[in-house]
Amino acid sequence: MDDIQGILNAMMRTAVDPQTAAVAIAVIGLNIHFGYTGLINIGQSAFMLLGAYGFAISITQGWPLPVAILVGLAVAFVFALVLGVPTLKLRGDYLAIVTISAAEIIRYVGRSGGYESLSNLTNAAQGIAGSQYRTPFTDLSPFPTGTTQLLPFNYLDVAGGSTVVRLLGWLVVVAAIWTAVRIGRRKVGLEGSTRTLAMVGLTALVVVLLFFLAPVSQRNTGVNGWWFTVVAWILVGISLIIVLGLTRSPWGRALKGVREDEDAMRSLGKNVFAIKMQALIIGGLFGAIGGMMYVLPAAVQPDALGRSITFFAYTALLLGGAATIWGPVLGSLIFFVGRVFLIGVANTYLSSDDYLNIMNGQQTSQFAFIIVGVALMLLVIFRPQGILGDKRELRFNV
Amino acid sequence: MSETTTAKGLADPAARRQLMSGVEPEPGSSKPDPILKVDNIVRQFGGITAVDVDHLEVQRGIITALIGPNGAGKTTFFNLITGFDRPTSAGRGAHWSFDGATLDRTSASKVAKSGMVRTFQLTKALSRMTVMDNMMLGAQNQAGENLAKCLIKPFWSAQEKQVEEKALALLDRFSLLEKRKDYAGSLSGGQRKLLEMARALMSDPKMIMLDEPMAGVNPALTQSLLGHIQSLRDEGTTVLFVEHDMHVVRHISDWVVVMAEGKLVAEGPADSVMSNTAVIDAYLGAHHDTDLGDDALLSDATLEQLEAEVAAEEAEREEEQRS
Amino acid sequence: MSRTSVLERGVVARAAAFLVLSLLVAPLLLLLSSRSVEAATLCLPKKDETACIAGTMGSRAEPIEGVDVTLTKPDGSTETQTTEKDGKFAFTITEPGNYLVGVDEETLPKGSELRPPANAALRGPEGTIKVDNVQLGQNYGPVLTVRPKGFDDSTSKWDEFIQSSVNGIRLGLLLALASVGLSLIYGTTGISNFAHAEQVTLGGMVGYGLVNVAGLPLVVGGILVVIICGFTGWFQDRILWQPLRRRGLGLTQLMIVTIGLSLAMQYAFQYTVGARTVRVVVETPETRDFGSIRITDQSLWAMGIAAVVLALVGLALLRTRIGRATRAVADNPALAQASGIDTDKVIRLVWTVAMGLSGLSGILYALIVNGVKWDTGLQILLLLFAAVTLGGLGTAFGALVGSLIIGLVVELSPMVIPGDFKYAAALLILILLLLVRPQGLLGRPQRVG
Ligand SMILES: Nc1ncnc2c1ncn2[C@@H]1O[C@H](COP(=O)(O)OP(=O)(O)OP(=O)(O)O)[C@@H](O)[C@H]1O
Ligand SMILES: [Mg+2]
Repeated sequence: MDDIQGILNAMMRTAVDPQTAAVAIAVIGLNIHFGYTGLINIGQSAFMLLGAYGFAISITQGWPLPVAILVGLAVAFVFALVLGVPTLKLRGDYLAIVTISAAEIIRYVGRSGGYESLSNLTNAAQGIAGSQYRTPFTDLSPFPTGTTQLLPFNYLDVAGGSTVVRLLGWLVVVAAIWTAVRIGRRKVGLEGSTRTLAMVGLTALVVVLLFFLAPVSQRNTGVNGWWFTVVAWILVGISLIIVLGLTRSPWGRALKGVREDEDAMRSLGKNVFAIKMQALIIGGLFGAIGGMMYVLPAAVQPDALGRSITFFAYTALLLGGAATIWGPVLGSLIFFVGRVFLIGVANTYLSSDDYLNIMNGQQTSQFAFIIVGVALMLLVIFRPQGILGDKRELRFNV
Repeated sequence: MSETTTAKGLADPAARRQLMSGVEPEPGSSKPDPILKVDNIVRQFGGITAVDVDHLEVQRGIITALIGPNGAGKTTFFNLITGFDRPTSAGRGAHWSFDGATLDRTSASKVAKSGMVRTFQLTKALSRMTVMDNMMLGAQNQAGENLAKCLIKPFWSAQEKQVEEKALALLDRFSLLEKRKDYAGSLSGGQRKLLEMARALMSDPKMIMLDEPMAGVNPALTQSLLGHIQSLRDEGTTVLFVEHDMHVVRHISDWVVVMAEGKLVAEGPADSVMSNTAVIDAYLGAHHDTDLGDDALLSDATLEQLEAEVAAEEAEREEEQRS
Repeated sequence: MSRTSVLERGVVARAAAFLVLSLLVAPLLLLLSSRSVEAATLCLPKKDETACIAGTMGSRAEPIEGVDVTLTKPDGSTETQTTEKDGKFAFTITEPGNYLVGVDEETLPKGSELRPPANAALRGPEGTIKVDNVQLGQNYGPVLTVRPKGFDDSTSKWDEFIQSSVNGIRLGLLLALASVGLSLIYGTTGISNFAHAEQVTLGGMVGYGLVNVAGLPLVVGGILVVIICGFTGWFQDRILWQPLRRRGLGLTQLMIVTIGLSLAMQYAFQYTVGARTVRVVVETPETRDFGSIRITDQSLWAMGIAAVVLALVGLALLRTRIGRATRAVADNPALAQASGIDTDKVIRLVWTVAMGLSGLSGILYALIVNGVKWDTGLQILLLLFAAVTLGGLGTAFGALVGSLIIGLVVELSPMVIPGDFKYAAALLILILLLLVRPQGLLGRPQRVG
């Protein structure tokens, strides 16, 4: 049971991690590209990296925080234009190829020492240490110093942390999630504001219960502390609200139209190029925000924001459900938590003398990634609509 | 000649006949009030010349049919003038204008915005969107499609209401009202044709170009579709349509343009053009002695047989859906 | 804080003392050299106070001793340092502005001269090197390397050009081996196969296993690699792609399946051999010189094999029944099927051949770059896609042409831009081409409506 609680605690720490939230924001952007508009952008990591560079370098140059954020966004904006102009008039494959190439180029350039003036800013492959740009953000923290545990009242306080209480708690969590998913997929006869209310209520219940069952203790303001966590998840919330507004508007309808058939949209007098460009930019800006949030608790390292992040983002998006509002967040959570779960299980049961010892420490994390890759394949093959997607949409392939 | 008088007066068949009687039944003849003028459009694919039109004018306010054997270049011609393709002769004398405005370098979406809306031979329904959403996309100048305004609902909610009402009215007219919440991808082939036409009408086009609108639509519905097309004309919309069914062509068109191997071979009123030797040559080759407009080719018996087949198909499909 | 300023004072003092005393007390200094040199070369820029212009005369591997390095300041005054055993020089700068770094030709080793920077914008007057726009708080490292004197710049550029071109063609041929398959798969099935790069890595990895670990002769190993990789193609189509075609999975979904496969394969490589570079053959390859071109035996063989195999594939596509059928399927699968071609069989063959070819490409690549790593394929994925797109998606011969162009661009671009940016150059070419000829070099535009 201690083994399991250890894995659960690690999973919970990942679930609240600001970097998970950061990737979720990038996935929300990717959802606008891929889910709603059908743009196959395989370079979301580049938007993240550019946002991060723009932000971090601005601060190391002594510019104030808001300006730095704007610079990060501006860089992503320009990048979207550069990618979009040559490719958005062409078939989708070209965007895929150009975005994946461009993302790699950005990474190469970032880690290159070839031009002095550039590597002075980016510090080449070593990257920019978080301590060089984090301070203005940390200084904003309204939290007192110290450490806080969420929840302070947790399973340990009930019947001495007995297994029965914990099992019961987890059962409730599973039931609540199951209900929420059913509501999310409109399987339960709830509509409109009741539905939203039920979703919010269930989500709150699950969150509280999770913190009760696997309490997380962090410093308030330090790197990766609660201040980072709170800001990151608030950003996720704001992003969701924006996307909700966008996709429920006629503009969002036009995005879907472009995804379904560009020529039909042209014949209806829509400027397809402009719509795609707008979508690419908006999604890219979310990517940049995700990138800034991603590096705040860490460092700007070009290799950390490479192709794998994009692939993870796709896995998360498809897992949650493309073209759904909650899909990106749900998918990112499940993806990262699931990965920690796999690594935890592999470390505990496959790489220890107590149980099986068939792989070494490094192999456990690679093992987890192999599973991720296979899971991505199986997911696309057997459940391409993800957890929240509408099965009806699948009957007609485009 | 002022636009309004022509448009108003054309609901009367006699007026139309009167209008077109002055036009010479020759390929490329000039019309009293052309809405579309085309010069020198050539399109080659590798070695073959798909379209090679010297001059064509389409009269405003009437129904013009564009006919020709398979591969004559009708669809390619549509693509060219609606901006979906570029003529090989672009920059070398190719020139076409719609309602007075030059279209030589205009993109497909601008062409549609200027009031010339087309449908596709192979329908382009937006599959993973509802029928209603398909319709809503057809409306022009929606404030809510502007990224800057779309987040603030008051900017567009009133217009959205209007568009919605219009969409419902059109769906009703095209017997698609019950389907409005279904995904467009679940519609049958004929229903898609209807949807596409209804969607095109959402923008109140000045001219609508239909590429084989009746293909795959059952005869009963064809009848009502023809009614729609005629009433469109009566309301002042110019119609240019491609059709293989000579019966239909003869029934509703005021003027017929015939293409073969990319060239215009004949023009004229429906009755006379079908007995034109050039046209018969184009369709049947040199050895023939049939009049294409001859109803013997499309006798009632054949029609009935067709109808029965369609009905059987329809029933089959319904069964499929039930299972 | 105070520690650095002490150090700086030490540096200045040392420089002055060195100039005056070097002739008189050289033996003494030599005794102390190990300590004093370290202190001397340590220049730490301080925010808003000082900057450093520092570097090594020669290269780190072959530093040059006793060279007088002169710094010309914005006001025209100069400062000179003589390099020690480690070749290092370090100037502490207190004024921002434009600086020049030069060397005293007399003090260079006999018969050699300072190599002017490749980037013409960095060339200063009288053979100096520009260090422009120096700002306080930063480090600057001008590159001071030497070359034989009387080195004729034009012929050297020319030689470099020839050598790079040969390398470019070599890379192009190996890329072509993989990209022809990628293009055929795209043409016949519509899949953009992102796992193709991993198939290249697989070729190298299997080669490592068979030749290096199991000790098979290289030729036998090579043939086995092609067979095994071809089999993986056959097998993939059998258990994955064909069933998915039957299910009618959309192309975007298929593409993401390939991404998943690529991810799984990458980590499977890491799982089995780790993150290190492994070599197919352990011995260092023999090199040959043809005029100014230097090339390894293995490279020669690799180029020969690649050229012959590509020619065979091309001939097969043009002359044999199955080749023509393949092109027909790539052209229009529905039509091909209707005219009696068994498209499934053709596609199965395409997968098999494509994977065999990329396996071959992988082992040859591993031989010429001296090893293979889990991300070897990933590094050239970009080039493969660029090549295929450049040639026109789905056209086999286009892929060949595109590969050669990309290979040349990648190898030639370091003559004008830093090596790190050579992939960026390839992408730039691609983007420019897409702007003017979206269907690629040999592609055809699509039909609408
Ligand atoms: N993108 C293309 N590439 C090559 N050839 C094409 C292309 N588009 C059309 N063609 C050729 O141009 C010719 C005219 O085709 P088009 O589709 O315009 O005929 P159509 O008159 O519409 O025929 P149908 O009545 O059968 O619809 C045909 O021979 C066709 O094969
Ligand atoms: Mg046609």
